[in-house]
Amino acid sequence: MAQNLDPKLNYEETKRRIGYVTRGESTQETYDRIGFMSGLEVHQQLKTVQKLFCRCPAGVYQKPGDFDAEVIRHMRPTLSELGEYDGTALMEFKTRKEIVYRLKSKTTCTYEVDDTPPFPLNREALSHAIEISLVSKLNIVGEVHITRKQYLDGSIPTGFQRTAIIGVEGEIPLKNKKIRLIQLSLEEDSCREVSDIGHTRIYRTDRLGMPLIETVTYPEMTNPDEVKEACNYIRFLGRSTGKVRTGIGAGRQDVNVSCKGGTRVEIKGVAHSNWIPDLTHIECFRQWALLSIRDILKLRFPDAKSWKQSHVLLDLHAFNSKNGFTKDAKASGYKLVAVNLPGFKGILSHFTQPGKMFANELIERLKVIACIELPNMTHSEELDPLFTTADWDKVRLLLKPGENDAQLIIRGPEEDIKTALETVAERCLMAFAGVPPETRKSFADGTTIFERVLPGADRMYPDTDSAPIPLENDYIESLGKNQPEEVIVRYQRLKSWNIPEDCFTYIFRKNLFPLIERIIAELDMNPAFVGKFFGHTVNWVEGQYKPTAEFDYKIIYALFRFIRQKNLDISIARRMLPLVYQYPKMEFESVLTSISFKPVSREQIVSKIPFLRDKLAEIRLSEGEHVEHNWVMGQLRRQAEGNMSLKELHEVIGAIG
Amino acid sequence: MTDDIFQGYKGAALEVLKKYNVRVWGTAVIKTTRGEFSGTVLPRSENDDDKHIVMKIPTGYNIGLDVVTITGMKETGYKKANYKIPEKEFPYTEGLPRVKLIGTGGTIASRLDYRTGAVIPAFSPGELYGAVPELASICNLTTEKVFAVFSENMAPDHYKKLAIAIGKEIEAGVDGIVIGHGTDTLHHTAAALTFMVQNSPVPIVLVGSQRSSDRPSSDAALNLMHACTAAGHGDIAEVMICMFGPTSDEYGFLHKGTRVRKMHSSYRSTFRTIGDTPLATVTRKGLKTIKETYHHRRQDRNVTILPYFEEKVSIVYYYPNMQPDIIDSLVEHGYKGIVIAGTGLGHVNKAVYPAIERAAKAGVAIYMTVQTLWGYVHMFVYDTGRDLMAKGVIPAENMLPEVAYIKLGWALGQTSDLEEVRRIMLTPVNDETTPGEPYNGYLIYQGGVTEVEEFIRKVHK
Repeated sequence: MAQNLDPKLNYEETKRRIGYVTRGESTQETYDRIGFMSGLEVHQQLKTVQKLFCRCPAGVYQKPGDFDAEVIRHMRPTLSELGEYDGTALMEFKTRKEIVYRLKSKTTCTYEVDDTPPFPLNREALSHAIEISLVSKLNIVGEVHITRKQYLDGSIPTGFQRTAIIGVEGEIPLKNKKIRLIQLSLEEDSCREVSDIGHTRIYRTDRLGMPLIETVTYPEMTNPDEVKEACNYIRFLGRSTGKVRTGIGAGRQDVNVSCKGGTRVEIKGVAHSNWIPDLTHIECFRQWALLSIRDILKLRFPDAKSWKQSHVLLDLHAFNSKNGFTKDAKASGYKLVAVNLPGFKGILSHFTQPGKMFANELIERLKVIACIELPNMTHSEELDPLFTTADWDKVRLLLKPGENDAQLIIRGPEEDIKTALETVAERCLMAFAGVPPETRKSFADGTTIFERVLPGADRMYPDTDSAPIPLENDYIESLGKNQPEEVIVRYQRLKSWNIPEDCFTYIFRKNLFPLIERIIAELDMNPAFVGKFFGHTVNWVEGQYKPTAEFDYKIIYALFRFIRQKNLDISIARRMLPLVYQYPKMEFESVLTSISFKPVSREQIVSKIPFLRDKLAEIRLSEGEHVEHNWVMGQLRRQAEGNMSLKELHEVIGAIG
Repeated sequence: MTDDIFQGYKGAALEVLKKYNVRVWGTAVIKTTRGEFSGTVLPRSENDDDKHIVMKIPTGYNIGLDVVTITGMKETGYKKANYKIPEKEFPYTEGLPRVKLIGTGGTIASRLDYRTGAVIPAFSPGELYGAVPELASICNLTTEKVFAVFSENMAPDHYKKLAIAIGKEIEAGVDGIVIGHGTDTLHHTAAALTFMVQNSPVPIVLVGSQRSSDRPSSDAALNLMHACTAAGHGDIAEVMICMFGPTSDEYGFLHKGTRVRKMHSSYRSTFRTIGDTPLATVTRKGLKTIKETYHHRRQDRNVTILPYFEEKVSIVYYYPNMQPDIIDSLVEHGYKGIVIAGTGLGHVNKAVYPAIERAAKAGVAIYMTVQTLWGYVHMFVYDTGRDLMAKGVIPAENMLPEVAYIKLGWALGQTSDLEEVRRIMLTPVNDETTPGEPYNGYLIYQGGVTEVEEFIRKVHK
């Protein structure tokens, strides 16, 4: 009865069989082979004073433990407008979660906790959203209809998000292709989760209700880097209007991925666009692996309907596992239930993601749907088994499995066992169909875990509390007047100014293009210098220092103008910047004093060169072509900065030599 | 049939639909000066303008298109939605109490109405079971729709019909009655039923919801479960309102029908007992009584139904500088009873004295209540009060103004003898006036106070 399968070998073998390669090793051919397809939903908070449907301040945040009161809600599924229940809704109902909202009176009124109907939609947010829709070349609707999108996870106390379509069918240009946009909607942001343990999920309501826009693309990206490029483009486009918020949490994206023959899976809330390539790469291969699992199972069970798991309650005292799996169960009064999965041998340890196997899919669903905390199960194909072979033999005596079966043991509170068994059976049956539609949570290493069943269009419902808002032609035309240039046009202009490409992301992320353009035009400065000053120097200084007051990039304009007026060389800006950044209110004259700047004439500096040469000759230790030149330059750099161009100094040292 | 295929559309929008031959529920591609749109044409709410066409786009969202921008439309298919709460037969469980749910048209269970864009109630036991399956483990439920009106349209005739329907159900042997009702005038109906259905052997529980049941966070399901628990299993055989205690999904209150009032326009915990404590709290597990004395459940069926109401009764809410013609006009229009909601201990200004005198002389019953809601009318404290009593105004103790209005209508419905009316008014049926006010009958905490903030931080609101 012993199991003659080496899980480790099986894991590596299945990984090889599906042709998994790392992202570094992948080419467009790799992605074409597995049919990589991806689309984006990019969320950006709008820069408004108040929230979308109430007059609470937007952008004021509370710490997780800082709250004034708590409110509890339970969510029930309701019918969609078209008379259907949504799959996610039913899943969330199964989880029987108690949702606790932590309120802070400064950021939460009775609207957020659904104790009062919505106030009229925030007009500032509406006009921001229309402006961005226009830049995205979307067709603007004639009348805005507020729709309720069900979210039964509790992240919104009403159980739905109020959202409205502003435009449909637009496009954005990438370097090599155009990506079409499905729509742009204006919606209220959700709560931030504090914790989710067992049957209690806690949220705080500060972010709840803040206006944000969601830009949705068609699934037209065919490799991971393209997804990142599209994501950055959409974010930069929003920023170019100056109407979106920036900073941590102000922008998040949901990334949809599928492989050939797979299913749309949504990776939720990706905070950094840098994470996108790894996440989409790994998700596409996870789906590819699930299709391989499907093919194995189909061979073993031509008719999926004949598949049925069996289970038996284990006597806790008959087993003693590693890592306290059984000991802790005894202490918590948990039950152990052994489950036999016919024909799943080699499936549980089948590769799905780097460091993850099919069994993880079960573990993750047990946590989310049955609300059983980890470790919620162990199985017969663990790389590091918790149970001895003898123990597994005992389990198998009870389950009487067939040759090709796999076994697992669920551990959890008695009242959750029924849902747990259903959850395992449900996921195993889904394996026969291939890739279940899911939303998944992302991690920095590029892997994902199950978050929820993917909701469909069945969760939409008209908001009976709000009237439609007509958008007249005049209004839209007036909003279209102050449109910024397209990001792609700006991109080309940066290129024509010889600004290095590694500066572009920073410039677009911070929406610095208009400022750079102004500096170049009004102060008549070298564009490449200005671009590098922002993209390299300012970028670096920001990472090193903390400002004592709000730092506005316009200060740099004033700094350059000051240097010009003082007739100093522009190189002094690099030395002044750390102080200017840290103390934005400090006068530039004082900054010069603080960095001990002394005006010295060009002649004085140059006159020191022969003396330094002689000195070096005395102390010199190493030979080499540039040693002398570099040493002299190093000695004079400090004095020269601001007084003469370093390039010129460099040349003079060479010439005098 | 035109109405049906262009449901809700009128004027310019209707013309456009007709011109391009596109029906409601038709899938269509619409060309506009703002670009091309495709989706399913939806019905238009009657109160919305005639300048837009509503459609559901493939992602499930609804949008409107301005008819002046439309340059072409083409119907490509047809798909009518079937909005129906899944109906499952309500199971009968031996040993569970029999509860009758009487519907009046509240928001307990509801679905979308395209005519108004609002929600309309769904009601059959099958629909309720489909929406709230937990009910089957509480009681054996049957339902009857007596009428369907919004709470604000409830009128004395409805009270009478309800009272008679309740009487029949009690005689038929039910273990408890639940009445689904809109919340706006729930407390008026509760008072009316207290007076019209006396000596009930079973609980009569009025219930509503502050968030319609088409919302995931609705209080309807939990309120209904609480009400069915109170009606089927509770020992308190009185007319009560059952609604959320806190705004959290934790427990419900059972409020005495004569001492309760809607106190917030939108909160879930809007109903509060005024000048006393609630009767009990209720969860799905059962009741926990707060008041020590109440009318206990009985096995007999000896209920008294008194369906009377005189409609010519009014409440006058006093405000400074009220003119006497307000009172005079009521008398001229044949009003037989006036309840004044006076200031402070029960006062009005001198200017209306002559009008009050004229009304009293004309045989109008005039009762004084307080607009402070909490506390008693005390007309002996100041001269003003003494003067008013001398002119024929009768103090109504600590009866709530709305309750006094209902009771005066009910009393005048039975007799026009003002002495008899006075006897009825001042003899409490079920605590509409109480001999005293308990010290914990008035608790309105104010936010910002340290100890209150500590309290609401610890106890779920």
